[in-house]
Amino acid sequence: MSTRTTMQRQQVLYLWANGSGLDSGTVAWAFHDGAGGTGPAVPDASPPYASGVDALRDGWMLLQSSQLIPPAPEQEHLNSYLEHEFVFERRITIDTPTQQDEVQP
Amino acid sequence: MTMTEAVDHRLTTRQMASFVANGFIRFDEIVPSDLNERAIEEMRHLEAERFAPDGLKPPHTGTPLDDCYPSPSAIGEYLRLPQIRGIIESFVGPNPTFDHDWTHHIQPHATYVQPLHVDAITDSPDLTFDVQLFWYPHDVAPGEGGTRFVPGSHLRRVRSSGLDRYQHIAGEQQFAGPAGTVVVFHHGLWHAGQPNPGDGDRWMHKVRLNPTVPQVRRWNTHDLPDLQNPPSDHIFARILPDSVAQIFRTMHPWMSITEYRNEQVQRARLWRYITGDTAYDVDHYLTRLEGRAALVEA
Repeated sequence: MSTRTTMQRQQVLYLWANGSGLDSGTVAWAFHDGAGGTGPAVPDASPPYASGVDALRDGWMLLQSSQLIPPAPEQEHLNSYLEHEFVFERRITIDTPTQQDEVQP
Repeated sequence: MTMTEAVDHRLTTRQMASFVANGFIRFDEIVPSDLNERAIEEMRHLEAERFAPDGLKPPHTGTPLDDCYPSPSAIGEYLRLPQIRGIIESFVGPNPTFDHDWTHHIQPHATYVQPLHVDAITDSPDLTFDVQLFWYPHDVAPGEGGTRFVPGSHLRRVRSSGLDRYQHIAGEQQFAGPAGTVVVFHHGLWHAGQPNPGDGDRWMHKVRLNPTVPQVRRWNTHDLPDLQNPPSDHIFARILPDSVAQIFRTMHPWMSITEYRNEQVQRARLWRYITGDTAYDVDHYLTRLEGRAALVEA
């Protein structure tokens, strides 16, 4: 006799935009797949989504967007990390491996 | 009587401005093929023997460049090529010192993806800079282990490991090119080693050099008067069509408009340092603020 269970795994997508709006253009991206390839892939394009809104329309849920932080004095004209970061997730339902019940002697 | 004029291998103002805007400059097939071939064998030795009890060792950090890898040495011969010394002198003066070097060897079918990073530690706020020469002694096919880098990233203030997060950036490049190509990086340029799905080894020698003199007008400045725009050059007023400012208006595809303007400010500040022209500006950003600040100080 076997038992099957399902679990959820997370896919995470980072998009960095050229503006603070979710509809601003994507300039950088990263994808991490906790579902190990069992879920849908991101589109094979560079970038995979032209904007965060396009990601929403493909089923991604927005987890977090970066705050707008005023520049510190004397730092007004220094660039650093990419400023407008949006983090998305998709939850993928996967089957756990089939397990055989122990056979009693 | 025949006069032989010495060839000046230093860079032009246009090349220097391009380096300031992009953080790198590339010289295809600048190293002769026979030297490239000999160098690969020497790189093998350096890789194998660097930390071994005996064998080939790199120079000590701080060694004057002229004393690095004495003859016979393919690496030393490369570092003393007049065309390479002209490039080096343009950035860090005629007598820089050796910081360190490394032989970057990526085996065939290697899959490791190095995270994007900058070398060393976060910079101090001054405008001085080191250069790093990336020498590819054999052909590198597209996608086969050439260094990945992000044009225009060199003047940002970041921590090295803070860049791991960026798997892909619009406008990034991966080196591919013919044997003997040298790419010079500003030390702050974001870069990373890449997988090598090809069947051949990918060798690259990287050397970092420190200036020992102010890096002011070290290149061939004969064309500077023609290209140096006045501080009044302003994209929303009047501009010179062919000028340093036009080169500094290069907007890389990964930049927001705010970042782009900030980069113009940083490029202008760096240009002030290397030209000695303390009034230099592009699009009035620094001049405007300095003019108003002077009113408060008065």
